[in-house]
Formats: sequence, C-alpha cells, structure tokens
Amino acid sequence: MSNVRPIPSPQTQSDDRAHEADHPSSLVAKFGMDQPLKLDCGVDLAPFQIAYQTYGELNAERSNAILICHALTGDQHVNNIHPVTGKPGWWDTMVGAGKPIDPDKYFIICSNVIGGCMGSTGPASLNPANGKVWGLDFPIITIPDMVRAQAMLIDRLGITTLFCVVGGSMGGMQVLQWTAAYPERVFSTLAIACSTRHSAQNIAFHELGRQAVMADPDWRGGRYVDEDTHPHRGLAVARMAAHITYLSDAALHRKFGRRMQDRELPTFSFDADFQVESYLRYQGSSFVERFDANSYLYLTRAMDYFDIAADHNGVLAKAFAGIKTRFCVVSFTSDWLFPTSESRALVHALNASSARVSFAEIETDRGHDAFLLDVPEFLEISRAFLLAAGKARGLKDGGQS
Amino acid sequence: MSMQQTLPLPGVAPERTGGYRRDHLLVAEMVRPGSRVLDVGCGDGELLQLLESRGIDGRGIELSREGVNGCVAKGLAVVQGDADTDLVNYPDDAFDYVILSQTLQATRQPKVVLENLLRIGQRAIVSFPNFGFWKMRLQLLIGGHMPRTENLPASWYDTSNIHFCTIKDFVELCEQINVKMERAVALDLYGRPVPLNLPWWVWNMFGEQGVFLLSRGGKGK
Repeated sequence: MSNVRPIPSPQTQSDDRAHEADHPSSLVAKFGMDQPLKLDCGVDLAPFQIAYQTYGELNAERSNAILICHALTGDQHVNNIHPVTGKPGWWDTMVGAGKPIDPDKYFIICSNVIGGCMGSTGPASLNPANGKVWGLDFPIITIPDMVRAQAMLIDRLGITTLFCVVGGSMGGMQVLQWTAAYPERVFSTLAIACSTRHSAQNIAFHELGRQAVMADPDWRGGRYVDEDTHPHRGLAVARMAAHITYLSDAALHRKFGRRMQDRELPTFSFDADFQVESYLRYQGSSFVERFDANSYLYLTRAMDYFDIAADHNGVLAKAFAGIKTRFCVVSFTSDWLFPTSESRALVHALNASSARVSFAEIETDRGHDAFLLDVPEFLEISRAFLLAAGKARGLKDGGQS
Repeated sequence: MSMQQTLPLPGVAPERTGGYRRDHLLVAEMVRPGSRVLDVGCGDGELLQLLESRGIDGRGIELSREGVNGCVAKGLAVVQGDADTDLVNYPDDAFDYVILSQTLQATRQPKVVLENLLRIGQRAIVSFPNFGFWKMRLQLLIGGHMPRTENLPASWYDTSNIHFCTIKDFVELCEQINVKMERAVALDLYGRPVPLNLPWWVWNMFGEQGVFLLSRGGKGK
C-alpha cells in the first residue's frame, strides 16, 4: 500500500495560531478581575478578553448596530482577509458594499466566541494562573455564556439596543439566545439554518468528531501544546465527517459524482482515487491550519448543551413571551443538519408567543452550508427583511447613508 | 405575479378604491381597529398592508415563497406555510380574526380548515368564489363542460381549486358545524355587493363570490 498518504501536517506553524489566540489581529476588549464572565457551569471567568472586528460606523442615535454571530468554525473575520489563512472573510456573500449587510448603512460587529481560538479567551489561550495554555482546564462553556460575553462587549461599545442580531447554524443559536435573554436589547433578528436545541443526531455527529480528536495519540489528553504536538489527523477526520453533514447528497453528486481525481482508472489502493475523497482530505487538512483542536471540543459541546426550552420549564413559547423583536427565520430545503422542521418548531413557538415572525424555506440543493454561499433567494429575503426593519427602526434608507 | 395563477382575483377587473381592491376594503371594514388578525393565504400581503395601515396587528401565512418575499419586503410578518397542515400549530384564541380570502376552495379539507379558523380566531372572515353563480351554471347546463370564467380560467385538470362550493353549500356547512354567520355579503362580477334584502337563492345565483363574517356557536341565518 505504498500509495497511501496520511493527512499532511499543517503548513502553518502552531506558533502562529497560538499567537492569534492571545494576541489577535483584531480589536480586543479586555475584562479584568472586577468584571468576571459568569459561566453556566458555575465558574466566574476572569480576566478574559473578546476579540472582535467592526465594519462601518455607528450613527449618532446608536441605532444601526448589527451583531453577526459566527458558526462553529467561523470567527470574527467576516469581511476582511483572514490573518492566518490569507483568504477573504467567511461571509462576503452577505456582508460588504452593496450586500444585504452593508457597512455603508450599518455598524457591523462580529466577535470571536468565548471558547474560540482567534483571540477571545478559550482553551488555546494562556491561563494567567500558571502561564500555560488552558487546554482542558478551561471551564465548559455554553451558548448562553457566549451571548453573555457578547452583551458585555456591546455594553463596552456603548450600544443599548442592537438593530439586528444575525447568524446561521451555531450563530443562529446565539441569535435565539439573544432574544430569549435580552429581548429588549434586540430590535430584529435574522436566524438562519438553526434550531432551539441540538438534536440527538447532531450530538451524535459531534461526539464522533470529538472522539476522532481524542483518539489521535498527538492529542495527549489535551496537553498537546505543552508537549509540542498537534492532533492534526484527529481534527482533520473530525472536520471531514462534519463537512459531509454541511452538504447534501445532491450537492456532492453535482460537484463530484463518481469522478476520478487526476487519473483514468482506479489505483486499487486506498489513495484518494475519487474527487470527493480528495476534496474532503483538503477540507480536513486546511482546517487544522487555522483551528485549535481543544477549541473544537469545547464549541461542539456548547452546541450540544443548547436547549432554550429546557431553560423555560420545557415550554419553548415561554422563552419568547411578550417579545417585541421582529424575527426572520430562514431554512434550506436540502439542509439535513438543521432541517426545516426545526425552524418550523421555532416559528410555531414564536406564533404561540404572538411574536412578529416571518419564515421562509429556501429551495436549494446546497445543504446546510447554503447560508454561506451565493444563494440569491436567501440573500434577497435577508436584504428585504433588513430594509423593512430599518424603516421600522427609523433608519434613513435602512441605514445612515 | 404568480399568485394570480393559484388564487383567482375576484371581479373581472378587480375594481379599486383608493388603490385597494374592493373585496379587501370590505374585509377590512369587517375588522375592528386595534385587533389582531391572521391572514391565511395572504399572497403578496396587499390586504395585510391595508389592515396594518388601519392600526391592526397583522400576521400572514402564505404558500409561495415569492409571496412571502413580497410580504417581508413590505415589513409584514408572514410565515411560509400551508392552511391544511399548519393551522393546527396555532394555539386557541391566538387572534381576534382569521381571514381566509379566496383560498377555501384550494384546501384539501375545507371543513377542518374552517373549524381551525374559528379555534384560532374569535371570528373568521371567509371569502370564496360561488360555484352557483349563473355563469357557472350556464356553462355546465348548456355547454356541458366544467365551468371556466375570467376569474377561474384553469381547466379541470390543472386547477388548484379542488373543493368548489356554492354560497348555499357554504351556509349549510356553517350550520352543520355550528358556526354563526354574523354578516354575509355576496359580491357581483364587478366586486359590488348584491343588495342586502334579496333572498339566499338570488345571492346564490348572482353572487360571483361570497364574503362571510363568522363566529363560534349559535345558528345562522
């Protein structure tokens, strides 16, 4: 089996990534010992920091701020060149000049979630108690913890009410948590391809990913930084498995079919004969260049624990009782990770709470990832919703310009 | 506009007053100001917009995504959904009025839908094309084929309207499921009300569509 090639080691030195974890190429809000982040697990995290990016300008009334919540493996670099990968921002279909979320109209904020690895305090950061990387000593965090940290950042920025909170997938979970925890601080929300609780199937996929990381001997019980290793094979496998769940059978078939990679005939080996294999390996190996393995464990765990109804005696509608926020909920027909049925359950609860909710299911074969892609109908409804909400908010032309 | 293919517009050329369709104005007039309304099959939101301009808190359900998009762009709160399958998910007494405009005949279970309307809303406003209209009768009687009109142009094999009824049929259904008719108006081909003091059979003959304000319990006209 001489043709078998293992997943390559990351090209980026883990030093670069580690540097971003504590000294990000972003704005940083530092919170001292006097301002702890009260975590759901009972720990008061202090000191801690939040790394964030902003685009556009806050208007005089402070009424045009949009908070973007990133997904599991996203970060604050929504609309600028990524400092580690050198690639464009992760949401340049949605954000940018002439796009639905336009920095000429809105003041756009995106922060790295607590527990992340791009500059907000997380398992890849240095633990001030001993000067070593936190690793598994970092406390377990939840989606409500992420949102609590974002609220502290918004306070720091002097913003009382956000014009809109926007996000897809794990970002959508944060959006919903914002409305449940701080309804009076959120004028409108765009909740995309998400749910109010993580399903058993999704928890199962996350467990698969975590076990892949932990099964890598280089993981070293989470102490890989101290021991100068990195579980890149385990993390790459986790990413490959997860990536399949972000696509759809139809999209994979359309993109790759059974086509061969740079060859006519099978090699009768375990090399990546098929294009789809090659693609997945690339996805896996490029991911480990920019992401911390422990952070992946913590953030998947946060999603698993998410269940808004459980925090309201099992009745989802209670979470949104009397809410004035305008909701726009969007799902995609081919998304089997966060299927339309999950969005509908949310919409039914919002209806039962007399909330002002719009809902659309977008027809696409591109799976869960559709929210990150150029899907015109999705971008169109996002734009329409923001413009109408901006009008209701009294923003001139939906913004300051 | 694709809505016109699935939801027939009433009146040959729907007469407008102040930019609004006459049947919409009639419906709007039936709704008390300040109340909460659900418009089932709200299309591109024209009626909802009229209601909101009168201080009514409106919500909509619409099957087509184009319709939902149009509504969202108008700042309306509209959910993509189906009257047959989604009304069951709304709680009792969630609205003061539930409107079903020109959609009843396209539902799979009109009776269940009607019952749901009056479970969700204190009152329901239902309008539908009258299959007892003289032009319809004449086509079947003389022409010997399924009626098609300017407002219902689809052939029998490609129409989305699967449960046609006459005004008389609808009145009987209301009586059967103990629905009270608070107000009934028949509109002629031009969207004008057929005079009030005429007997049912005249309405059933000359009404191109019926508009009913319904509430729970009691016996009808």
